[in-house]
Amino acid sequence: MALLSVDELTVTFGGRGRASKAVDGVSFDVDQGQVVGLVGESGCGKSVTSLALMGLLPSKGVELGGRADFDGTNLLTMSQRELRDMRGSQLAMIFQDPLSSLNPVVPIGVQVTEILQRHRGLKGEAARKEAAHLLDRVGIPDPTRRLKEYPHQLSGGMRQRALIAMAVACAPRLLIADEPTTALDVTIQAQILELLKELVDEEGTALLMITHDLGVVAGLCDQVNVLYAGKVVESADRHELFAHPMHPYAHGLLESIPRLDAPRGEPLKPIRGSINDRIAWADGCAFAPRCDYYTMECLTGTPALTEPAAAGHQVRCVNPVREPVEIATLDTPDVTATAHGGTSA
Amino acid sequence: MSLVTPNTSKIDRLAELTATHESSSGNSLWREAWGRLRRSKAGVIGAVVIAVFVVLAVVGPWFAPHNPAAQIWRDEVLINKGEFVGPRGENWFGLDHLGRDQFSRFLVGARQTLLVGVVSMLIGLVIGAIIGGVSGAAATLGGRNGKRFDTFVMRVTDIMLALPSLLLAVSIAAVLGQSLTTVMIAVGVVQIPIFARLLRGSMLAQGNKEYVLAARSLGIRKRRIVMTNILPNSLSPVIVQATLSLATAIIEAAALSYLGLGSPDQSAPEWGAMLTQAQRFFDNAPMMSVYPAVGIIITALGFTLLGEAMREALDPKLRG
Amino acid sequence: MLRLVIRRLLQLIPTLLGLSVLLFLWLNRLPGGPASAILGERATEEKKAAINKLLGLDQPVYVQYWRFLKRMVQGDLGTSIQTGQPVWDEFTLRFPATVELSLMAILIAIVVGIPLGYLAARRRGGWLDITAVSVSLVGICIPVFFLALILKGIFAVKLGLLPSYGRLETGINATEVTGLAMLDGLLTGEFDATWDAFRHLILPSVTLASIPLVVIVRMTRASVLEVLGEDYVRTAESKGLEARVVRGRHVLRNALLPVVTAVGLLTGALLSGAVLTESVFSFEGIGKFLYDAIGGRDYPVLVGFIMLITIVFVLINLLVDLAYSIIDPRVRVN
Repeated sequence: MALLSVDELTVTFGGRGRASKAVDGVSFDVDQGQVVGLVGESGCGKSVTSLALMGLLPSKGVELGGRADFDGTNLLTMSQRELRDMRGSQLAMIFQDPLSSLNPVVPIGVQVTEILQRHRGLKGEAARKEAAHLLDRVGIPDPTRRLKEYPHQLSGGMRQRALIAMAVACAPRLLIADEPTTALDVTIQAQILELLKELVDEEGTALLMITHDLGVVAGLCDQVNVLYAGKVVESADRHELFAHPMHPYAHGLLESIPRLDAPRGEPLKPIRGSINDRIAWADGCAFAPRCDYYTMECLTGTPALTEPAAAGHQVRCVNPVREPVEIATLDTPDVTATAHGGTSA
Repeated sequence: MSLVTPNTSKIDRLAELTATHESSSGNSLWREAWGRLRRSKAGVIGAVVIAVFVVLAVVGPWFAPHNPAAQIWRDEVLINKGEFVGPRGENWFGLDHLGRDQFSRFLVGARQTLLVGVVSMLIGLVIGAIIGGVSGAAATLGGRNGKRFDTFVMRVTDIMLALPSLLLAVSIAAVLGQSLTTVMIAVGVVQIPIFARLLRGSMLAQGNKEYVLAARSLGIRKRRIVMTNILPNSLSPVIVQATLSLATAIIEAAALSYLGLGSPDQSAPEWGAMLTQAQRFFDNAPMMSVYPAVGIIITALGFTLLGEAMREALDPKLRG
Repeated sequence: MLRLVIRRLLQLIPTLLGLSVLLFLWLNRLPGGPASAILGERATEEKKAAINKLLGLDQPVYVQYWRFLKRMVQGDLGTSIQTGQPVWDEFTLRFPATVELSLMAILIAIVVGIPLGYLAARRRGGWLDITAVSVSLVGICIPVFFLALILKGIFAVKLGLLPSYGRLETGINATEVTGLAMLDGLLTGEFDATWDAFRHLILPSVTLASIPLVVIVRMTRASVLEVLGEDYVRTAESKGLEARVVRGRHVLRNALLPVVTAVGLLTGALLSGAVLTESVFSFEGIGKFLYDAIGGRDYPVLVGFIMLITIVFVLINLLVDLAYSIIDPRVRVN
């Protein structure tokens, strides 16, 4: 059985007539020790999904639907008290902007030891020692000195390392990383991804990687789910997805990556429009307004998730793309080469 | 771009569905703010209170039933015995300690109070905005000398802000002697550094925005950038402050009256002066104090509510 | 840190110079000049001329200003027309009373204001929030002296629960040590004096507290609302910390930073409010004396007190800035 099994998760904001579905029936599994990617552009519902799993969405004005079974128990129906015990010990999360995610007026040491005290009962010198050990493990040099410092005294990469140290402090079984490298310099991005990979490999921790960056996916993920407007539009293992993207959106995403081996003068191939150019899923495929292949059939009700080609390769499209995409770096998924910049989220 | 030849009915259907899917954008910032303001209960209540007050102040004195300065019922009020005259048919708000009609004085007082509030706010706003505007323009686009000028101006406002406001007003009022003009100047001058710092700070924030850099890199003249870009975008906190300072001006004017530095002209008292006179008889005739006090409180509340609602409507951070 | 102190103390000099010019002009522009102020309106011209000569008022303005400034710097603030005592002595005699009143007021405002603002923010839109916001809005709009009047009318005159004026009942034995009446009672063991002083303090300090209370409630509320939306609070929650730790260490500690600054800026408003409050309750502090000085045209007192109050105000703000730089590590480094 999967460690985390998300089934038809919906998150509705608002209410009182102006409800909007940020997540619209998302299902996916994460197995023990597996790295699963949740990919999409900003506004597609990927961050909301992660916050819903952690129980971090505000209780007012938000409605949750579906199930999210973690080790057999539904996270969505847990009480706040039960969730507090889970968070930090079983489930942990790493956020996008390390500076704003750290408390500016509390020393790094306190922010690391407080989680050790909460879930592992470590106090005083023992907690400090373990905190220093953790900082050392995530590659922060001179950890005992760093414990006394404040977030603004650390570099961006150091801050993210400190956050990772907190997340792995209690050896959680599932780690959720929400765009952990987006706010960092390109060279640092690769280091952080390498660190995450290392930790996951060593501990057998499952990782849910939320990103808009296909380079990150190529380097890290075993299984990939592509989200568009709150629904999974394509789901496959990494090799299958990169070799045969079938949903026009996933296809477009891969084609839009600039290639070094492309002939000079060949134009780039962006996906036109933005996520705001969409129709409601109830009326048809939300991607239709941006799609080059849409037909009348796309405009009559929600397309179903099917497996038109290979087993385990699901696509939500009535006429999926059949041509493969050539990607030079596909067979050498080396993280240090694939992180390709961009700070937009 | 499309590989498929577009089919008309398909496009129509798509356009129809896209239109039904709600997507709001393109509204101007000010129009959005106006919409939020109209939806804010506090803002609407504040606006209504202000409207009533302004009508009362402008039209009211013509409808005053009696001469507000005439001590018509002098012999009916016996201060020494603690006998005062409360509301009655002829005198809706009763009489004051000298036998004058309180209601007539209240109506005249509304006009004087509005006058004091508006004029002192304008003194603070105009002078403060000129100082702050020049200083802000100099700091953003004036080079090294501009920065020096700005630093100097800000030091001066620092000095003004270093004084407790009431004491600064007292000092000014005492130099100029007792009159309504004095009160307006004293209360207004206290506001100058506040407006100056606000506009300057807001302009500096705008000056660091990328669109200003972009405009400069296009070679647009500095004066033009300030006038067409920076200044208009910096005004919203100043407008909010102007509304709020009408409330503080009315309250500060009342305090100056209480300290004996208000207008000595008894025929047309502002509400603060009425309250100051009445408070001496509070234990025997509390209602005499209550009319002007409630007038001050409600009016100040109106301006505060509207000001706060405007601040919330204009602040993009508070959206949602 | 030391540089900050020195810079701020140096800034005090132009402030006081500017103020002294204003006050000097004021003295010079008095109707009839200082001579009539001292001798009264009906003094003969010869006598006035004699006084003017004696005071050096027949000399050019800049010479006069120089002499005025020199006396000030030497600490000679003149004598009070009302009491005939040196202004400095009058100030030091009354200063402790105002300190006691202001401390009490600030204490009330902090103890009530911060929890109230915090709870209002946590239960945004609830009845407590709506009450706190509306009461504080009305609070801003009430003239302080009118609030004093109402409280006095209800609790002292109507109900007779509390004394309506003064600092101590006559007949109560009180030895002066620090000048803070409540503290003195505790130090000397005269607990009835402490109790009596406390009863006298309640109404004035509650009145005076209304000014900072309103600001503290609103600032705390706004600040907590902002901090609750910060990423680091979400991080703290994601670590599964106890609600108590999230609230104290992560929300409040950050939310109170701007409130500390506000408390410093409030001392100015507090001193202004003290003039009004002390006069209504005949509380013999510097505010009451200043009020009497305005009424009695006691110019040396006005000039001296305004100068001294300004210095106190600037020093308090300096202290608050220092406190701020201690609690906010980001400022500390710079």
